Amino acid sequence: MRSELEVNGARVAWEHEPHEFLTEVLRREGLKGTKRGCESGDCGACAVLLDGEEVPSCLVLAAQAHGHAVETIEGVGSFEAPHPIQEAFLDATAIQCGYCTPGMVLATKALLAETPNPTEADARACLAGHLCRCTGYVKPIQAVLSAAQRCQAGAQ
Amino acid sequence: MSEQAGGWDTGADSLHRYDDYTQINRNQRRVDALKLALGKGTFSDDIDLPGMLHLKCLWSPHAHARITSIDTSAAEKVPGVVTILHHGNVPRVPYTTAGQGHPEPSPYDTYMFPKKVRFVGDRVACVAAESELAAARAARLIRVEYEVLEPLLDSRRAMDPGAPIVHDEPEASGLPGYDKERNLAASMEVFHGDYAAAFAKADLVLEHEYEVPYQHQCALEPHVAVTWLDEDNRLVVRVATQVPFHSRRILARVLGIPVSRIRVIKPRIGGGFGGKQEILIDDLPAMVTLRTGRPARLFFTRREEFSSSRARHPQILRWKTGVTKDGVVLAQELEVLANTGPYGAHALTVQGCTAGKTLPLYKAEGYRFIMNTVYTNLANGGAFRGYGGPQGFFAMEAHMSEVAERLGLDPADFRTKNLIGEGDENPLSKALGEGGEGPPQRIRSCGIQECVAQGKAAIGWERRGKLADPAPHLRRGLGMACLMHGSGIPGVDMASAFLKLNDDGSFNLHVGATEIGTGSDTILSQIAAEALQVPLHKIIIYSSDTDMTPFDKGAYASSTTYISGTSVKKACDGVVEQLKQAAFEIWRHHGDPSDGPLTIADEHVVRPDGKRLSYSEICLSTFYEHDQHQIMDHGSHMSMESPPPFAAHFAEVEVDVETGAVRVLRYVAATDCGVPIHPQNCEGQIEGGAVTMLGYALSEDFVFAGGRLLSDTFRDYKQFTALDVPEFTPILVKTFEPSGPFGAKSVAEIPTDGPGPTIANAVSNALGVRFRKLPITPERVREAWLAKQQGQPASTRA
Ligand code: FES
Ligand code: FES
Repeated sequence: MRSELEVNGARVAWEHEPHEFLTEVLRREGLKGTKRGCESGDCGACAVLLDGEEVPSCLVLAAQAHGHAVETIEGVGSFEAPHPIQEAFLDATAIQCGYCTPGMVLATKALLAETPNPTEADARACLAGHLCRCTGYVKPIQAVLSAAQRCQAGAQ
Repeated sequence: MSEQAGGWDTGADSLHRYDDYTQINRNQRRVDALKLALGKGTFSDDIDLPGMLHLKCLWSPHAHARITSIDTSAAEKVPGVVTILHHGNVPRVPYTTAGQGHPEPSPYDTYMFPKKVRFVGDRVACVAAESELAAARAARLIRVEYEVLEPLLDSRRAMDPGAPIVHDEPEASGLPGYDKERNLAASMEVFHGDYAAAFAKADLVLEHEYEVPYQHQCALEPHVAVTWLDEDNRLVVRVATQVPFHSRRILARVLGIPVSRIRVIKPRIGGGFGGKQEILIDDLPAMVTLRTGRPARLFFTRREEFSSSRARHPQILRWKTGVTKDGVVLAQELEVLANTGPYGAHALTVQGCTAGKTLPLYKAEGYRFIMNTVYTNLANGGAFRGYGGPQGFFAMEAHMSEVAERLGLDPADFRTKNLIGEGDENPLSKALGEGGEGPPQRIRSCGIQECVAQGKAAIGWERRGKLADPAPHLRRGLGMACLMHGSGIPGVDMASAFLKLNDDGSFNLHVGATEIGTGSDTILSQIAAEALQVPLHKIIIYSSDTDMTPFDKGAYASSTTYISGTSVKKACDGVVEQLKQAAFEIWRHHGDPSDGPLTIADEHVVRPDGKRLSYSEICLSTFYEHDQHQIMDHGSHMSMESPPPFAAHFAEVEVDVETGAVRVLRYVAATDCGVPIHPQNCEGQIEGGAVTMLGYALSEDFVFAGGRLLSDTFRDYKQFTALDVPEFTPILVKTFEPSGPFGAKSVAEIPTDGPGPTIANAVSNALGVRFRKLPITPERVREAWLAKQQGQPASTRA
């Protein structure tokens, strides 16, 4: 079957099987930043934004994305101009193996869109669905809070 | 050989060198982090190869059974199926999956496919097909007949006469201490000093039994391997591994092809923690590629990760201490019964470390260690960050608090009175080497007393015993533990590095060291930048590719900073000499010889009169003008020393006696890792290692029904999340290790040793009940609390 959607701002039409999940199709289409950690909705490695809202793409059928806008990590920042959230993760040394990082960055983006001034509790809740065996979450939580400050500073 | 000078010095006089560093002891952006933040596809599974086959395994549903027949005819008819591997059509080569040095000190008891399955999740067959779906469908259609055997599901029964024998086939073999007739994968007994006399002198002898569960590594990236044949018909293995060079060597053995025909590439790795110190899946796609000529890929599901990979060995530990009444430790005895499950990967060495990392921490007149590691038909033990340390430290440090309590001493004071220190000999290093006798060790740098002092201040230790409970059902408590670990395996671990200069004054640094998320690419680059006096971005690092980089034992045993780091420094020191020599020649060639000895600073070779030549100018001259050659060098390092990092951990907990829930409020980890190359990265290691082990202390466990693992998803296996993490204070205590690169020693594993005992001691402090079994789940807390209310003995073994 064929689904038409917007991916990182570009309109695409993708052929896929009806049973295929979005993770699989995104990765097949070359967007490898979306990771697979459990394929059961428990780890957050596959997170993408669907119309701005964070979803585990391993539980979203590709067909369900038809007519919607998907944002993946490839849509956030670049080597030349990293997003302030990415800068915050870099400066906090919140990235160890980096397998959880795309999901965490996207989760932070969704959080800050809703809550530009998050509390530490907000930051923790934002990362709650993102398993990370490397960092112990301490530096990622700091990174979310610092990202908020950077985004605010950038917006002023 | 190690290049330690014959003399013996401590680092105490070198602390001032902290102030000289320009590239280390600095938080710099990690060299690999931006591409990861951008989600660039750099992991093993992030490539697509034309014609790639996908693999799915059929796993044993039985804990213990002989395969009597395998019928693949129905499976072969599934469209897209290309080949099916099983024990009937692959060579039977005994080997170990343990990614250790050669010869591996683990029993050779594993086969690509066994004829007898030994746990639920053991390999039965593997299908290669055009799609994952076809492979999975076909795997379900393989008809296997089993002769089901009585399973061995209790490690305490394993050595009993009449117990089922897990390895009853003739091929399996192991080191001395291996006895498959008694289900013994490894055993040893060592002692030091006259322990019996020391116990006899003691005013108090205390002995308790402790128990620790399986724990899964839970690297977020599952095991994955992609293989293909290159244009020269060589096998390329792109695999999520911590041990590319061991993988190449072991694959050659299992596949029956020469090492020269294999190239193992380690791309970006999504965490290892020991789980990838194993040649766990690489052989299957490799075999398919060799048979079909096509690229092949195997990617584990999370369920497969839990039920068919490796886990921390569960142990039952009996700890016995003899002390004088004023708190001087005289003798220690540890007896370990460990369960390695169906195969003996790391069975000897993990359990050896259980004693080797723990016992030397407290000085005593005599020590004794007895260890049996048995086979069972439960989950497979293996390497896991900490490598036997967490098991041993849980027992020892829970025990030391019990001893202090019995003596009426403050647990911190009791410990500091007995701790090992600078200048002390490690009494057990000879007896407990890697699979045999090890080199003697003496402590050159030791910040443990300072760790205790700073940790106590940070947690507010003086509040112990005076904490106000916030509500009648909420009890608060403080606990602590002291820790030591190692930096590499002395006399065994070797690493090497290669460095060359480029036209613009940048350097290619090729290391065998295996970055798996620890920060090693950054740390090694920083060491090079410091040694060469260049900014970090001038170092272009490439790590772990068996064709392109020199050898390194791999990412394990807390060895990378200390061992690999020194190899990098040696290569850099050689290049600095060549830079000076070349500059000297250039000046002489131009009729302006140097007025004295040359030094380096800020990417230049500098003369006493201040004239300078940049590295770029020197490179351009040596490439194109005068005395033409490539400035390059290499370094190898092996150390007879393994300087221990030290740490003291502290926690404050709140226990809800109505629900049994334990909340960790604050955690302090004061650590002496020598000079921190990248302080923030060291903190990250400490935080990550400790938070993983908060799960070990409180929530992570393997729950079996018969031999089947029930807790085999992230939903049922409870790790800590961002919501559970306490307020965390990492403290880096300043020391200088003379045998390490720029004063550094290791930091990766020591944080995993602490949370088990620290939390157990804090919960005990809160409730007045000792906990000798992990994890301390709400059920166990409730049970212990109720027993205490009813006046039953104040300890739980339930
Ligand atoms: S892969 Fe989707 S939540 Fe884990
Ligand atoms: S950085 Fe490795 S899982 Fe988060």
